[in-house]
Amino acid sequence: MDLPKTGSEQEERNSVLTLSDLVKSFGLKIEAGKDRLHEEVTGGYASDLLSDVIAHSRKGNVWITIQTHPNIVAVATMKELSGIILTGGRQPEAETIQKAEQEGIPILASPLFTFEMVGRLYQIGIAGMSPC
Amino acid sequence: MRPCAVVRQALVMGLDMIAICDHNSAENVASFMGAGSKEGLTVLPGMEVTSKEEIHLLALFNRQEDCMALQDLIYRNLPGENVEEVFGSQTIVNEKDEATGSTRKMLIGATLLPVERIVSVVGSLGGVTIASHIDRQAFSLLGQLGFIPEGMDLDGLEISPRTSEEEARGRFHSYRRFSFVRFSDAHYLEDIGKSFTHFLLEKTTSEEVKKALHRQEGRKVLEQ
Repeated sequence: MDLPKTGSEQEERNSVLTLSDLVKSFGLKIEAGKDRLHEEVTGGYASDLLSDVIAHSRKGNVWITIQTHPNIVAVATMKELSGIILTGGRQPEAETIQKAEQEGIPILASPLFTFEMVGRLYQIGIAGMSPC
Repeated sequence: MRPCAVVRQALVMGLDMIAICDHNSAENVASFMGAGSKEGLTVLPGMEVTSKEEIHLLALFNRQEDCMALQDLIYRNLPGENVEEVFGSQTIVNEKDEATGSTRKMLIGATLLPVERIVSVVGSLGGVTIASHIDRQAFSLLGQLGFIPEGMDLDGLEISPRTSEEEARGRFHSYRRFSFVRFSDAHYLEDIGKSFTHFLLEKTTSEEVKKALHRQEGRKVLEQ
């Protein structure tokens, strides 16, 4: 029986994915950082606890969260993430957008809930990392 | 918990002042304040508010009406109705320890208010704002937001009984500009006074606590 391909196996077959590809594939709304969508997405991390994202996300990851506080931009900057996807139709706060523009961190938004968003990202080849 | 029983236990444990901080509600503070004043224990009206980011913040006041003004704002921004079978009853008591009713708001939920908004409202009502149990992952400012946002007008940081004073000093060294306090977060009578903070104050009021937290006019938090 053939096991389904994991995200990372698929990634090997696919060319490099950028945020711009994600915007096109999933109709994401661009809330901030429209000039920075060419960055390569190295993988994904989903969490709403910022201390957890600081601990476990990797450089170039796209971060999926429902947290909209301005601190998300600082965390993404510090961890050199490629961008943030807000799920469940959440709107970033005005100050969050302003900070994201300043720091050049793209914020994208989707009406999909986190589970569904992550599933679709995985399908096109964006993988997470295994715990070590 | 029952007002007279709480007040008696606080006195037995040698406390001079306690604060009543139900989650997102202050409907019981008057009864506890009344029970306290009969026995000579200062009871500050307070609340443990849950922000939109699911951060717990302690708000302490002197005057009941200031606490109730905060409750008005909280209740307008707190969606949902309690399910007693799941979350338990939310009883309102009088100062003779008799149940007089219950509240239907879902107090275990989060408000729709960003953390900064709550801090500024409590400040404008003359209250004291303390970030709850910052050493814990769940519902804490540092767990939810990773670090304390710039320019946040907090009066202090609370360390839970599960972290020692020494450990807290090490772990939270970068936040030493804030005063650290330790409270019991008692949910049961036997937990009252298990953890406490020594303040050097002129009298037992929330204004004095605020001065102590900001190390003003000789007031301060004493080391344990």
